[in-house]
Amino acid sequence: MTVTLSASGLTKVYQTGDVVVHALRGAELELREGELVVMLGPSGSGKSTLLNILGGLDVPTAGTVWFRNRQLTASDEASLTEYRRRHVGFVFQFYNLIPSLTARENVALVTEISSNPMDAAEALALVGLAERLDHFPAQLSGGEQQRVAIARAIAKRPEILLCDEPTGALDSETGILVLAAIDQVNRELGTTTAVITHNTVIGAMADRVMHMADGLIARVDENPDRQPPDELSW
Amino acid sequence: MRALDTKVLRDLVHMKGQVIAVGLVIASGVAVLVMALSTLEALRETTDAYYERYRLADVFAGVKRAPEPLSDRIREIEGVQTVQTRIVKFATLDVLHFPEPVMGQFVSLPESGPPLLNQLALRAGRHVEPGQHDEVVVNEPFAEAHGLTPGDSLVAVLNGKRRLLRVTGIALSPEFIYSLGPGALMPDDERFGVIWMNRKALAAAFDLKDAFNNISLQLTRGTRPEGVITQLDRLLEQYGGIGAVARANQMSNWFVMNEIDQLATISRILPSIFLLVSAFLTNMVLTRLIDTERAQIGLMKAFGYTSFEVGFHYTKLVLGMAVVGIVVGLFVGGWFGRLNTQMYAEVFRFPLLLYRPSPSAFAIASALSLLAALAGAMSSVRRATRLPPAQAMQPPAPPTFRRGRLAHSRFGRWLDQPTRIVLRNIARWPGRAALTTTGIAASVALLVLALQWNDSLNYLAQSYFFQAQRQHVMIGLADTRSATVMHDIEQLPGVLAAEPMRIVSADLSRGAVTHRGALTGVADGAQLQPIYDDARGVEIPTPPEGLVLGITLAEKLGVGVGDRIWVNVLEGRRPNVQLPVVEVVETYIAMPAYIHIDALNRLLKERPSVEYANLRIDRLEESRLYAELKKLPVVSAVMLRQAAIDAFYDNVVEHLMVFITMFSSLACILGFGVAYNSVRIALSERGRELATLRVLGFTRGETSYILLGEVALLIVAALPLGCLLGRLLSQLIAAAFNTELFRVPLTIDPSTYGIAVLIALAATTLSAALVRRRVDRLNMIEVLKTRE
Repeated sequence: MTVTLSASGLTKVYQTGDVVVHALRGAELELREGELVVMLGPSGSGKSTLLNILGGLDVPTAGTVWFRNRQLTASDEASLTEYRRRHVGFVFQFYNLIPSLTARENVALVTEISSNPMDAAEALALVGLAERLDHFPAQLSGGEQQRVAIARAIAKRPEILLCDEPTGALDSETGILVLAAIDQVNRELGTTTAVITHNTVIGAMADRVMHMADGLIARVDENPDRQPPDELSW
Repeated sequence: MRALDTKVLRDLVHMKGQVIAVGLVIASGVAVLVMALSTLEALRETTDAYYERYRLADVFAGVKRAPEPLSDRIREIEGVQTVQTRIVKFATLDVLHFPEPVMGQFVSLPESGPPLLNQLALRAGRHVEPGQHDEVVVNEPFAEAHGLTPGDSLVAVLNGKRRLLRVTGIALSPEFIYSLGPGALMPDDERFGVIWMNRKALAAAFDLKDAFNNISLQLTRGTRPEGVITQLDRLLEQYGGIGAVARANQMSNWFVMNEIDQLATISRILPSIFLLVSAFLTNMVLTRLIDTERAQIGLMKAFGYTSFEVGFHYTKLVLGMAVVGIVVGLFVGGWFGRLNTQMYAEVFRFPLLLYRPSPSAFAIASALSLLAALAGAMSSVRRATRLPPAQAMQPPAPPTFRRGRLAHSRFGRWLDQPTRIVLRNIARWPGRAALTTTGIAASVALLVLALQWNDSLNYLAQSYFFQAQRQHVMIGLADTRSATVMHDIEQLPGVLAAEPMRIVSADLSRGAVTHRGALTGVADGAQLQPIYDDARGVEIPTPPEGLVLGITLAEKLGVGVGDRIWVNVLEGRRPNVQLPVVEVVETYIAMPAYIHIDALNRLLKERPSVEYANLRIDRLEESRLYAELKKLPVVSAVMLRQAAIDAFYDNVVEHLMVFITMFSSLACILGFGVAYNSVRIALSERGRELATLRVLGFTRGETSYILLGEVALLIVAALPLGCLLGRLLSQLIAAAFNTELFRVPLTIDPSTYGIAVLIALAATTLSAALVRRRVDRLNMIEVLKTRE
């Protein structure tokens, strides 16, 4: 199976004043093409730091990251921007929609700078928001906003979709709707997807579950039969 | 220190960029106000002290020749305290190594002891000795212009006789703070000097033994000059009195007071602009801060702080910003004030200078700026105090946007999303956008105001010196001469053309309004100095009968074409007649009343006479002509156009450069302050949005576009608005600066707008560049982690 993203020996040390924080201590992982991985771990285990480095938002103190045959850890700022722009879709805990743009326009924001995007309306239809195209973020519920964020992330047909606690700010019912959208995108578009969560239940929908602790991937569980999100509950 | 006060200090340090930007604007306003007020105060105190110490007279009058005993009758006029009779005469001077003729105003000194009025401030050497008929004291600017020191000598043509005079002293006089030669607009120290000489010597030279031709009066405290002037005029009438003037209309004092008035105008208009803008800036900064500190406000209230305490906390923050600006402004203003006063002191040649600004200037400026800043902050502070704690601790509801009509239009569909963000932000907060636009427009307007002076004065000079006046030289004759003298003048070397002119003092009145001025007799078909309409740029043919009035005079008298006015000539047979106004012309300088020279002579019942001659000359023969003129007894004054132009530019341009530099710097500070705060606040409000864009793969340039595009659009809107405001402001100031002598024609060259726009763009671009650096350093991870 082809490997989309791989990382080895990732170390990240933050120093603020006299306090030194080792967020990552030599983490190793592979994301295979088309799979959905859930990264589980308590807060402070280094999940977000790892995701940020994989997404090209941050650089490790030591170690290497490969995207296919391109070494991201040797890239400069401009080429990391280009990497995010062409290959990565992000979904955040707090949606981060632009309040002055409608749902459709928020998606168009990304499609306008991509080379082979899908239509904004099509992306929104994919997450079940075909009826809410011209609503502003202030007119949408939290779950709807998060689904707009997912549409925005996948509309450019990225190779990788990175989701950082996508259900963290939502109740369970709405969270499941959002996970269903992610699951659907992963299945229908074959986008390699990594979902960070501290909610162990969500692991059931993944191909593989990576357990993080103390800046390392402590254990990887294979999950031969993925459960559809609507069968999950917490 | 209390915890909240510590927070105020930390907040100020944290927002240092904005504090500096707001502080600079406040400082500018304070500095201008302090400068203007302290200079005003210093000028008023200095002139008062100068006049007091050297006993400047209250009433001045000229007369042809009056017997000395008349002074006793004048002393009996009620309200007259001191009387000083004098001989005052113009004469040409021949100064070594200076080819052109120089005008001297000779003023007599009592044979013994200092004059009772209009005393001299001796700067070097000594006073003239009694009985010494060849000793003179000269005024300091003239002495400096020619390098004259006590012991030097100069030649004067006194009533046709060449006399060698010895300089014993250099002096200043409160009567000649602003010393103007006859017909001159600007002081020209090279070509005009005041010379004091013993009374007997002048009486002998001008055949005025036991007589006087000039008188000054000091009035008892509280006496109004008008009544005294009426009685004085009556007494002098039969001796050829040409009308007395009060100190307010005495030329030198009039100019000084006029400068002070203009300064007072500046001190009202300019600081107001800065105070308004600083109010707007404090409002902007504080509103933003309170929005970000909602949770903290809620917390403070939850802990039991009262609304008043919370409000006072934020008020202190504003006070902190204002105090920074005020302190800087007070220092800079005090320093500017001293510089400015020194500049005036140099122009006016005060022998003493009192610059001791009272605390009131500083207190007024501080109080006004504080009030403006607080007024600006009031609405946002009130909002903070009104927030209920529970609601305050919730994040604010996301702003609601609406799709404008634009989104549905064809043009709207063509817009990309970043541009939509820019436009919707402007539409969402139109008030804020309007204020930013207005603030930047104010800066452009100030620049236009500062720069247009150059255009307007150039235009004035062009119109007055080149289009209206075409003579090279104007000569004044010692006395009224028969018109046949023109033949002799035409025979002088180098004279290509000569035209006669006559100027007689006259009171012009209609109803209760009287203007003490003059009638200018112009010849038929005059070419060298015709009647000229400055605004239309056309010559007016000399009408055979009736008067042509300058518009300022017509407005003062409230008359128009077809009206008749009373003309009371103050010379010769002193006719008092009614004459029709046949034309009103636009004039920028002085308040002329023109009449045909033949009509004037008929009015005076005199044979054809002249007093002045305008000459057009051959430049190659210039020096021969000047040498000849210096010798001619009939010539008492020689005025060179080129010298007048040079004096105009020397005097005006120097002042103007200081003014333009100062205003332009202030305007830049204004533009910078407004743009910086707008962009800086937008950045802190939308940092999250911008970081999201960076995460989504937008480059730094694309991200900056969204932030800076908005302010760029507002700036673009502000530029034409600023040009328009600049024009209005210039009109306002020009109108405020209009005097009876000058009416500044408002002229703004297109390039002036261009330069103003470019300077404003540079200042705002700098502020944008500073913020842009912050966009580059946006922390993408930090901003995504937490909800704002």
